[in-house]
Order: sequence, then structure tokens, then C-alpha cells
Amino acid sequence: MFWDADSRKKYWLNRLEAEYGDKRMLLSEMKEKQTATVVRVGGNGPLRRRILEMGILKGTKIYVEKYAPLKDPVELIVKGYHISLRVEEAAQITVEI
Amino acid sequence: MTPKRLTIALAGNPNSGKTTIFNNLTGTRQKVGNWPGVTVEKKEGTIKHSGHDLKIVDLPGTYSLTPFSIEEIVARDYILEERPDVVIDIIDASNLERSLYLATQLREIDCNVLFALNMADVARSRGFKIDDRKLSELLAVPVVFTVGNKNKGMETLLEQAIALAESDSAAPQKRKVKYSKDIEDAISKVEKIIENHGADAMSYNIRWTAIKLLENDEIVKKRILEKTGTIEEKILEDIDNQRNFLIDRFDDDPEIVMTDERYGFIAGIIMEVLTTSTKQRVDISRNIDLILTNRFIGFPIFIFFIWAMFQLTFSLGTYPMNWIDSGIKLLSSFLAQALPNNIFKDFLIQGVIAGVGSVIIFLPNILILFFCIALFEDTGYMARAAFLMDKIMHLIGLHGKSFIPMLMGFGCNVPAIMASRNLESEKDRTLTILITPFMSCSARLPVYIILAGAFFGARAGTVIFCIYLLGIVLSIITGRLFRSTLLRGADAPFVMELPPYRIPMIKSLMIHMWDRSKIFLRKMGGYILIGSIVVWTLSAFPQHISYSKDYASEIEQVKRSYQAEMAAEKDSEKNILERKMDLAVDRLIKSKAAEKAEKSYMGRIGKVIEPVFAPIGIDWRGSVALLTGFVAKEIVVSTMGILYAADQKDSKALENALVSSGMTSTAALAMMVFVLLYMPCLATLSAIRRETASLKWMIFSISYSTVLAWIMAFLVYQGGNMIGA
Repeated sequence: MFWDADSRKKYWLNRLEAEYGDKRMLLSEMKEKQTATVVRVGGNGPLRRRILEMGILKGTKIYVEKYAPLKDPVELIVKGYHISLRVEEAAQITVEI
Repeated sequence: MTPKRLTIALAGNPNSGKTTIFNNLTGTRQKVGNWPGVTVEKKEGTIKHSGHDLKIVDLPGTYSLTPFSIEEIVARDYILEERPDVVIDIIDASNLERSLYLATQLREIDCNVLFALNMADVARSRGFKIDDRKLSELLAVPVVFTVGNKNKGMETLLEQAIALAESDSAAPQKRKVKYSKDIEDAISKVEKIIENHGADAMSYNIRWTAIKLLENDEIVKKRILEKTGTIEEKILEDIDNQRNFLIDRFDDDPEIVMTDERYGFIAGIIMEVLTTSTKQRVDISRNIDLILTNRFIGFPIFIFFIWAMFQLTFSLGTYPMNWIDSGIKLLSSFLAQALPNNIFKDFLIQGVIAGVGSVIIFLPNILILFFCIALFEDTGYMARAAFLMDKIMHLIGLHGKSFIPMLMGFGCNVPAIMASRNLESEKDRTLTILITPFMSCSARLPVYIILAGAFFGARAGTVIFCIYLLGIVLSIITGRLFRSTLLRGADAPFVMELPPYRIPMIKSLMIHMWDRSKIFLRKMGGYILIGSIVVWTLSAFPQHISYSKDYASEIEQVKRSYQAEMAAEKDSEKNILERKMDLAVDRLIKSKAAEKAEKSYMGRIGKVIEPVFAPIGIDWRGSVALLTGFVAKEIVVSTMGILYAADQKDSKALENALVSSGMTSTAALAMMVFVLLYMPCLATLSAIRRETASLKWMIFSISYSTVLAWIMAFLVYQGGNMIGA
């Protein structure tokens, strides 16, 4: 149907929007002490792969421990350990409450 | 029977207690160096165990073997190329799931792996129960429980490692990650392609090579091309076809899908081997973080820690510094009396001892500083400091961890640059190293104090503060500039683990501190020694100068006339006269020294380069002083003391001499700006050379900072003159 990567992505995002409505949000929009499940890890290149390799994958449960005093980065608990991401990096990750 | 040599490599995640185990195994018999070509620390040690010589190599801590960071490339290449007999994967037992990711990659690479489930006690206290037999069975890997900080399980670990090395290394195909059908099909197709092209002559495991090629691993691709030569196009095309097939099939890159499936495989293992009891214990680490990274008091506490570190380093450090200083003075005066007066004596005392002394005196600072840094690192606070500071540092295009080296720069640039080792990304490290010299180090302060004191009087404090501020502003501008030009590229991802707080072990703190201090002594000592010999030679030669007047006879004359006067006076007047005589003699000795300096090679060089400094309002004496400041910035003051024929011990005298020499306040300001910015001192340069592992960056740093210094000083001097300040 759509053969180039961009339109495929758009199509996919739209479908997701339709299916999940406002249960879906970006990880960077989450509040402290909220828990969510990862729906999709976006972005590309090393960053995306690094995030995945650290165990943040589709279906992983994420707990937002806290934001740094200057609101960036954010500390998460994933698979039982603490990890921090910059807010712009967290914005690549779609979650579902 | 000659002892058998075995090589054992330690791999594992950062914070898995790898270093502790390494220290336990090797004790103090460690060799610390760098991995060839990169600045990643390489540690190894040789021990004897049950009739074997064991070489233990500590690989860099990594989360994966994807070649994104230097650490990962180093670790992977070591396993692939050096083929250690056994690789011990040190796994944080309380963090099993993520640790197994590296473990599965090690299994794929097809080396002899042994798992050490470390911090077994922590895991147990958190309510984790790990079925080691099951784990061993599922992955066909021997598993040993260890508690690194209590030195438990080390014997078993070594025995198992030796047993594994001795066992038939060509063991049957062991259990590895099994991917979904489409990927497995693609893997076997790529294996065929590799075989068909004769690339299987590579020493790597063929399945692993196939997986890496599907993952589009640039390094493996390059090696395949080197092996196959002419048919390269074809083989890559065939592999690309397989890749594209998978991309279409999964609507994502194969490397992503495979990462996902590896974690799927791990989840399966976890289900079988890990039982978590529901008892909820108080998480001490989280409670500590409630305070240390608290929204309101997190920063004040951080600032306090940094302040305390500075206080310790530079106040506590003064005592041993004074001892060393008096020790050196004692040695010099002893040698001055013991040796006959000749050129060799001058060389030894003024060249060698003075030069080396100026480095050794920093040793207490360095030791204390590195102790503090090791403390921050080993407790886990360093990661929190980066967490707090990242937002601010990110504005300059740097990582949160860059803050520590930059801050240290205000003390001394040398340890500051060495502290940049904590940064993982090479670009971040280089950038931090390049801008750290703009942090005005404590050696530059005496120069400001003299100049500002002489020309700005009551406003001296404000002026000095502005100089410091200028350094910070220029470092920010430079940072942004380099980030968008020379060191472009995406910022290193901030994906950083915040490890649980741990009580540091004294032994590892000491080893940590001493390793780095040793590097400082050895390398810096060499450079400084050569540098100070050069400066000494330039200022000591030519030996025979034709002075404008005969100082010796003039001194005699002055003495004689005063003594004649004294003989005629009463006792009470004698003292005054004697003091007058001393002053007069002193003045003559100083003008002799000044003339000698002027006529030495150094002085001649100063005269030659004077035109360069004229536009920024610095005369030949200032030029020479700046040149000698290259050895160590505080030398600028003592050189000016010699050249302006003022008493070095009395700063007021130098200030007066400067004012009466016709220097203007604008010129003084320009000189301060120049001292702030111009090329880093020798010790700093050798640190830059060492830490960037490149002569290129050192030369770049010299040129950039000196050109910038000249331009800024020019703007200050000419601008100031135009305003008429």
C-alpha cells in the first residue's frame, strides 16, 4: 500500500491514534510515579538501538521515578533497575497508560 | 612441567562489580595502560593458580557488544581477535534480566563463557532466588555465585575457569538464542553466501558473522570485504537482499527485531530460573535518592559536595605541598653547598630540580582529587551528579558528566583533563578537554593578583572576577562552536544507568587513586622535565655576557664606601647604614640579573617576538614572561620579577616596578586576558596529548587558544585605548 518508510510510519501512527485514543502518550508526557507500557520505540540509529538494548522494548513496563530538578532528564525504573533518559529521548517512546 | 598459560577475560555490565572481582583476583599485581589506539583504560594482571599462569584481562564495562562506543568495540575485538581461553561474564545477580543481554551476545560470539552471578547476597536480600543449575543447563554455561566485595567465590571461579579452558574447546554446538523462523532462514542463507564466497576462512564463528551481517554491522562488513577481495560487491548485494527481505517482513530493521527477540529469549529464561518472593523490602538506594536528587535540596547538596571536594583538594593539599616544597628547597640548598660552582650545578638545581619540583608539588592535590572522584564513582554519586547537571551542560552541547572535569579546571587543568576519562563518548571527551583550559586554573591567579593589584587598586577583585567569567563565557561559545563544526554529530545519548548506592571498598578506592596518580607522575614528569630544561637552557645561555657595566666592581665600590661611612658612625647609626648598603647592593644584583635575562637567548627571543605582542600592549619583558609561562603559568610572575628587576618575594615591589615601567591599565587588562586564554601549560598539554591520544588535538589546542587569546587581548587593548580608559 505505502512503500516508502515515511508514509508507512504516518499510516501506522494514525492507526494507532484511532485505536488507542488518549490512552496513548509519549513517555516524556508522563507524570512522576506513573506506570505505563511501551507501545513503540521510535527514533533511529544508535539511540534507538541503545534504548532497546537497555531493555526498553515494546511491552515493557515503565515506572517514572522522577524528573531531575531542572525537569530534564527523567529517571525511570525498568526491569528492576534505574535508568535516566533525556526528555527529548523519552519523546521517542510511545507508551500506553 | 612448565606452567600452562591461560588468558581469562572479564566482561560485564558497568556497575556489575567487575572491577572489584578483578582487584580480588589480581591484588596489586596490575598493569594499567591504554588499549592500543584509544584512551580506554586497559587493566591486566598475572597470577598463579594451581599450576597455571593466569593472565586476567579486565575488558571495558559494556551493556552490549554492538559496536557503537569505543568500549564495546574494544571488548568485542579483544574476544574476537585475541581469543582469550575463557571469558568470565560478570552478572549482577540482582539485575539478571538486563545483564543476560550481554550474556546472550557473548554466547553468540562462540567463546568459552563462564557466568559469575555476582552480588549474590544483594540479590537474595531483595528476594530474588536464582536457579543456577537451570540457568547453566539452559545456556550450557557453567555458573558460579560470587560476592565480590566480600571476596567470596573467587576460588571456585578460577577453578571453573581453568576447567573450562582445559575441556575440549571444540565443544558441540551449544545452546544459543533461537530467532523466529524468518530470521533463522535468513541466517542460514547468509551462512551459505559466506561459505560460497570463501569468506568462512575468517576465524569468526560463521553463525555469528551471518547475524552481524544481517544487523548491518559496519565493522564485520569491512572485514568480510578485506577477506573476499574482488567479489565484494556481489556478497554485499546478496546479504542486502536478505536484509531487505527481513525489513519488508517485519516492517523494521533486522537488528531491532533481533534485539527484541533476544529479550524475548531472555524473558523465557528468567521465567524458568528466577523466582521473586513478594516480600517488599525498603529500598535504601531509592530513599537516599529522595534526598540527593530531590527537586529542592538536590542542587544545594551537590554544590556542597563539590565545595567539600575543592576544600579537601586545595586546603588539605597545602600541608603536604609545603612539606614537599621545603624538601625540594632543602635538597637544592644541600646540593648548592655540596657541589662545586659550575654550569652543571646550575643545570641540576635551576633546571632539573626546579622543573621536576614544580610538578611533584601537585602530587598531594592529584591524590586527594582522584580519591574524591573515585569516591563519587564507587558510591554511585557520579551518575547522580550527571543526572542533576545534564540539562545545564547540554546547553553547551556536552554531557552531564562533563561538569566535573570543567569544574576541576579551576583548580588545576591537569587532573581536570584526566577526569574527563569518565565520559563515555569520545566526542564529548575531546570537547571537554578542549574547553577545560579556559577554566582559569589556580596557577594563573598570582598573575592576575599582581596585575590587577598594580593597576586597578580597589577594583582588583571585580576585574579578576570578570576575567574568570570571560573564561567561562568563551568556553561556552567554544563548546557550541566546536559542537556544530569540528565535533559535529548527534550528542551522545544520555541513556545512563543510575546504579544503586554502594559502600565503596577502601582497597578499590586506593587502587583507583594510585593508578591515575602514577600516570600523572610518569607522563607529566617527562614532559615537564624536558620543558624546564629547555627554558633553563634558553635563559642560562650564552654563559658569558658583556655587561654594560662592571657589576662586580660597582658592588665592591658601594660596599667600600658604606663601610667607610659606617666606621665613622656610632653604633645606632650603623644598622641603618647597613640596611641601606644591602639595598644598594641588592639593586645592583637585580639589574645584573635583568641584564642577563635581557641578553640571554630567552631575552633575544623576547625581542624578536616583541612585534607580535606590541599590538596587545605587551613589551618584550612581558613577552618573555609569557613564554616562560608555558612551563607553568605561575612562572610568569617570577620571570616578570627578574625582568622588571623587582624583589620576587615582595609583590608590592613588582607592582610598583610595573607601574613605573610605563605599562598602562589597558595593557595590564589585555595581558590578564592573554594569560587566561593562551596556550595551556606544558603539563596540561601533555595531559591533552595523552587523553585525546592524538598529537593533532594537542597542536589544535595550542593554536586555537593562542590565536583566541591574541584576538581577545587585541580587542581589549585597542578597544580600551579607543575609549581612552
